[in-house]
Amino acid sequence: MEIFLQQIINGLVQGSVYALVALGYTMVYGILGLINFAHGEVVMVGAMLALSALTALIGWDVSPLLALPLSLILAMAGCMALGYGIERVAYRPLRHAPRLAPLITAIGVSIVLQNLAMMIWGREYHAFPQLINNQPHHIGGAIINDIQIIIVIMAVMIMTGLMLVVHRTRLGRAMRAVAENQHAAQLMGVDINRVISITFMLGSALAAIAGLMVSANYGLAHYYMGFMLGLKAFTAAVLGGIGNLRGAMLGGLLLGLIESLGAGYIGDLTGGFLGSQYQDVFAFFVLIAVLVFRPSGLLGERLAERA
Amino acid sequence: MSFRSALSLSLAVLALALSACGKSSSDEAAASGDRVVRIGAAAPLTGPQAHLGKDNENGTRMAIDEANAKGIVIGGRKIHFELISEDDQADPKTATIVAQKLVDNEVSGVIGHLNSGTTIPAAKIYSDNGIAQISPSATAVSYTQQGFKTAFRVMANDAQQGRALGEYAVKNLGAKKIAIIDDRTAYGQGLADEFIKAAEAAGAQIVAHEYTSDKSVDFTAVLTAVKGKQPELLFYGGMDAQGGPMARQIKALALKVKFMMGDGGYTPEFVKLAGDAAQGAYASLPGVPLDKMPGGKEFSERFVAKYQPIQLYAPYCYDAVNVMIAAMQKADSVEPAKYLPALANISHEGITARIQFDGNGDLKGGAVTLYQVKQGKWQALETVGAAQ
Amino acid sequence: MKQLLSPGGGTQPTKFTLCLMFAAVLLLPFATDALLGRGWVRIMDFAMLYIMLALGLNIVVGYAGLLDLGYIAFFAVGAYCYALTGSPHLALAFPLLFPDGLHLSFWLVVPLAALLAGGFGVLLGAPTLRLRGDYLAIVTLGFGEIIRIFMNNLNAPINLTNGPQGISRIDPISMAGVSLNATQEIFGIVLPSVHLYFYLFLGFAALVVFVSQRLEKSRIGRAWMAIREDEIAASSMGINTRNLKLLAFAMGAMFGGVSGTLFAGFQGFVSPESFSLMESIMVLCMVVLGGMGNIYGVILGGLLLALLPEVLRHSVVPLQQALFGKTLIDPESLRMLLFGTALIVVMLYRPAGIWPSRVRRRELETDEAAEIV
Repeated sequence: MEIFLQQIINGLVQGSVYALVALGYTMVYGILGLINFAHGEVVMVGAMLALSALTALIGWDVSPLLALPLSLILAMAGCMALGYGIERVAYRPLRHAPRLAPLITAIGVSIVLQNLAMMIWGREYHAFPQLINNQPHHIGGAIINDIQIIIVIMAVMIMTGLMLVVHRTRLGRAMRAVAENQHAAQLMGVDINRVISITFMLGSALAAIAGLMVSANYGLAHYYMGFMLGLKAFTAAVLGGIGNLRGAMLGGLLLGLIESLGAGYIGDLTGGFLGSQYQDVFAFFVLIAVLVFRPSGLLGERLAERA
Repeated sequence: MSFRSALSLSLAVLALALSACGKSSSDEAAASGDRVVRIGAAAPLTGPQAHLGKDNENGTRMAIDEANAKGIVIGGRKIHFELISEDDQADPKTATIVAQKLVDNEVSGVIGHLNSGTTIPAAKIYSDNGIAQISPSATAVSYTQQGFKTAFRVMANDAQQGRALGEYAVKNLGAKKIAIIDDRTAYGQGLADEFIKAAEAAGAQIVAHEYTSDKSVDFTAVLTAVKGKQPELLFYGGMDAQGGPMARQIKALALKVKFMMGDGGYTPEFVKLAGDAAQGAYASLPGVPLDKMPGGKEFSERFVAKYQPIQLYAPYCYDAVNVMIAAMQKADSVEPAKYLPALANISHEGITARIQFDGNGDLKGGAVTLYQVKQGKWQALETVGAAQ
Repeated sequence: MKQLLSPGGGTQPTKFTLCLMFAAVLLLPFATDALLGRGWVRIMDFAMLYIMLALGLNIVVGYAGLLDLGYIAFFAVGAYCYALTGSPHLALAFPLLFPDGLHLSFWLVVPLAALLAGGFGVLLGAPTLRLRGDYLAIVTLGFGEIIRIFMNNLNAPINLTNGPQGISRIDPISMAGVSLNATQEIFGIVLPSVHLYFYLFLGFAALVVFVSQRLEKSRIGRAWMAIREDEIAASSMGINTRNLKLLAFAMGAMFGGVSGTLFAGFQGFVSPESFSLMESIMVLCMVVLGGMGNIYGVILGGLLLALLPEVLRHSVVPLQQALFGKTLIDPESLRMLLFGTALIVVMLYRPAGIWPSRVRRRELETDEAAEIV
């Protein structure tokens, strides 16, 4: 039982990470109908920036309690600039091009970011400094530590915050208008370029937070960390219903649970025929199954046929 | 315009290619009457394993420089050895291209490659052309089982290392219930499988066999599954980049096990990534610790002075070159066809072990040394299976 | 020559230029061998394989307009098909059935592999056809990874693929009893193994080019292009879009499968690490950069990108050594950086590729024109 509980906790933590990243995908998709393939790399850049900032700040004897938020702000600023740049350079000129075009540039951006990061930060795994005393807590035999609790709470808070922005503010109304119909929104006086840029910057800021969380949790950062995370998060977004913020959260948590329970129990369930070597396959099977049987996802409207 | 620009681009590329690969013929030694003998080296000099590849190249170069300084005479003529180093990028396709290039350059023997995945396809090309190949670090069992008379290695293979680790885990550490995680790479899986065989033969029970990948960062799900089976020891077949974070997560999950890895874990990198969770972890490295071998300590001092601290396999490359030259001297010929029989029957005192080959070209005996992290540093425990 | 050099895609070279080209290509391995060494002939062999792959992907991406990010999976299927049937490996899995392994002739395996890969193509296509372009891309990517992960793990409970260790000792390809793995002498001309493989691959590549050309001009090809340009319009014209898309997947997959068998026979060793996602993206780059939908463009793209890493390796490192005394940027990351940048730049400024197909360019230009209006 405590093992089961522990797997649930593992799944929730991992799922919250997916959810954080999935929110970025879903926001851009909801507004532009575009899969921002490079989003996973933005997460990676966020983690790397935060790590560099942290290392530098601690080198200057700044107290960890100050260094952590400072480096997070730096990473967020960096990622926002990056997100703005990506949209400006790779997506905006192609807004009216055939669908294939922005997807191919997105792959290009992803490759470029990965390799630039490799040149700047090197290929090795960087150990993330342990700043706060990561206290473990016991719940019915299972263990969860401070950082993991923070991750779960942050994911919920950020989703709620985003919902408030989208549904309660002027900016949110503009975003929804652009999502509904760009031309009509423009005629109503919405500056669509501005709204889209802000959306990208917002998503990238979230990516920076996710990046910091991931590397603090696992204690490392690495130029390749964004790619698989991005794919899984995209799966999560699709599972929940892409374009839907609550769906991203739900999809993320579900995928996290599927992965941890799947990896934990598939060996026993199939009598050793399948095992945890197929952990990465689950996400792809979920993705294919959802797209085939319910392309709109669990909470989404039927978006697949739009556009 | 469009096509012309494409054409000029491709012409420019071709011109670059042509200019870049004009054969380097700096055989000053040839002029002075010495016979030039080329020795090839192949390892990933770029890419994620560049640091290991460079280390291999340096080890090879040092042995060749020393042989040249000694002025070795074979077949009545003074020999000048020339190193031709190629970059195989740890990619099986590139490895065969590189192997072909070395054959083109008429090398007498090859020290390489570094990975099993590159060594195996390249071995076919060396064998087809009758050139001796000594791998300093490829450990996959199948490398020497392709039936090639030209393939040798100076490092214990997965079976030898896995056996030493498995027996040590059961007999010396007293583990009865053992869990395994491997990273599904040729190295990790090969080593884990051999570990399992040895541990089961020694009377232990494998209670769990879980898997991860060489790109994963999250091991909590598999570690939790392992925890449910309550093993006393966890063996991870994989590299330091995953082993370090895994050690951390073992600690975070309060999993009370002894943690053990193969030579992929015996690095300072593991200790760095694992942080204080590294304490007490076990790992192995084929061969005898350098400072316990005759000439080993001097080698590492010379090497560090000339290049940089030893990464991993440089001593094995050094041994590989020397054993090749010893075979040439014994056969009094630099022709592979003539010195290959001598190489197969050689007995050479190297700095990592006494080198003798069995019928397949594997190292006879294959000593393996076990290490443990104590106070943030790898410290030698003992050497098992030495061919003394 | 002038006609050949004109940038439009549909041009037909004259017979004379064709003969000239043919002769030049036949002499290519000898010239390369003499000028650059035999290693470069091997590089050209791989370039031929990549060209075949790129032409196969061109059917899916270029003609039918379906973005496939897992194309290398079909290459893997073909390679493993020959690796299993042409090596002693099956003896491990079924010792009673095949005590020495099943040593099928390469020429028997080629159609088998083509069928199997085509079957996988349909398997992938059938459930995903309803999906729009970008979803399809992600699903194919997932499919490619699933295939790789299965090949990496199917060594238990039955040792089918030998897992990450890969399969070695694959029989070399032989033609009419002559092994391509050894130097052969025909009419006094000495033909080393790499030359023989070059001609074999060249023959297969020519076949693929021929089939592609015929397809492009056929009803099927025109229907594919109609689907690519406007699916709804195409289906209202009575085109069975579902079947034709499936056919595109199957045809592309078959080409991939055949090149896979060639790869396995040539290398004598296959392991899952040769079929990573990066390889899929590399083949996609060849198609996109060369010019989607134009055979000559794709060949050019394949050739450029297959040779580029070698050229970079031999120029970047010495150049940096000379300038800075050490290697600052290693050629592998520079290559990937160039690929990524090229993808972006080409899509922004030359969306139809460096040697575009006429139809494709018109389509992309009118799209833009329509927007401006």
